[in-house]
Amino acid sequence: MKVNVLAFGIAKEIVGGSTVEVELTSDATVGELRAELEEQYPRLAQLASFMIAVNNEYAVADNALQQRDEIAIIPPVSGG
Amino acid sequence: MIDIQISDKPLDISSCIDWVMSPDCGGIDVFIGTVRNATKGKEVIRLEFETYRQMALNEMQKIAEQALEKWPVQKILIHHRTGVLQVGEVPVVIAVAAAHRAAAFDACRYTIDTLKETVPIWKREVFEDGEVWVAAHP
Repeated sequence: MKVNVLAFGIAKEIVGGSTVEVELTSDATVGELRAELEEQYPRLAQLASFMIAVNNEYAVADNALQQRDEIAIIPPVSGG
Repeated sequence: MIDIQISDKPLDISSCIDWVMSPDCGGIDVFIGTVRNATKGKEVIRLEFETYRQMALNEMQKIAEQALEKWPVQKILIHHRTGVLQVGEVPVVIAVAAAHRAAAFDACRYTIDTLKETVPIWKREVFEDGEVWVAAHP
């Protein structure tokens, strides 16, 4: 399946836009998405950290993904 | 009671304080974040804030709910700016009202500390000779 992933802050610069399309297996997990993103965009792995959010919640590696999920790359936050 | 807002307009500090003021509260604690003119000795020209708006609102709501559970406080307000801010402008206002001051201080500190760790908001510092996303790299 193809998923659209939102990117913010420095992640937007690294992937070259505010969304990026990623091809995954139909039963892919958040961990597999992370690995795919790090392979396509090695600069993500150089960040202090990054999280994946699914439907506006922080997700963990073994969470399953579905095509219609709203998925986002969350680089280190720096609000306040 | 909780009031959470993200705005691209200047934050009105006195109306934030008015909102938390309450007859059953004997103390209000306010944290005001301001844009500092330098980072590590380097002059900052401006800050640019970006938000993942809906998730940021959700995370701010969670923090306020946690603070209401942890301490005997009556009202919590969190307002955050987005967009371009000049030196001296206010990116964040947190106001907490409680019957007694200790809970207001503790809940206010918890709210700003947790916001900085979990809320998906990013700031870019703009210098004379470049720009950097704060905290992005180790």
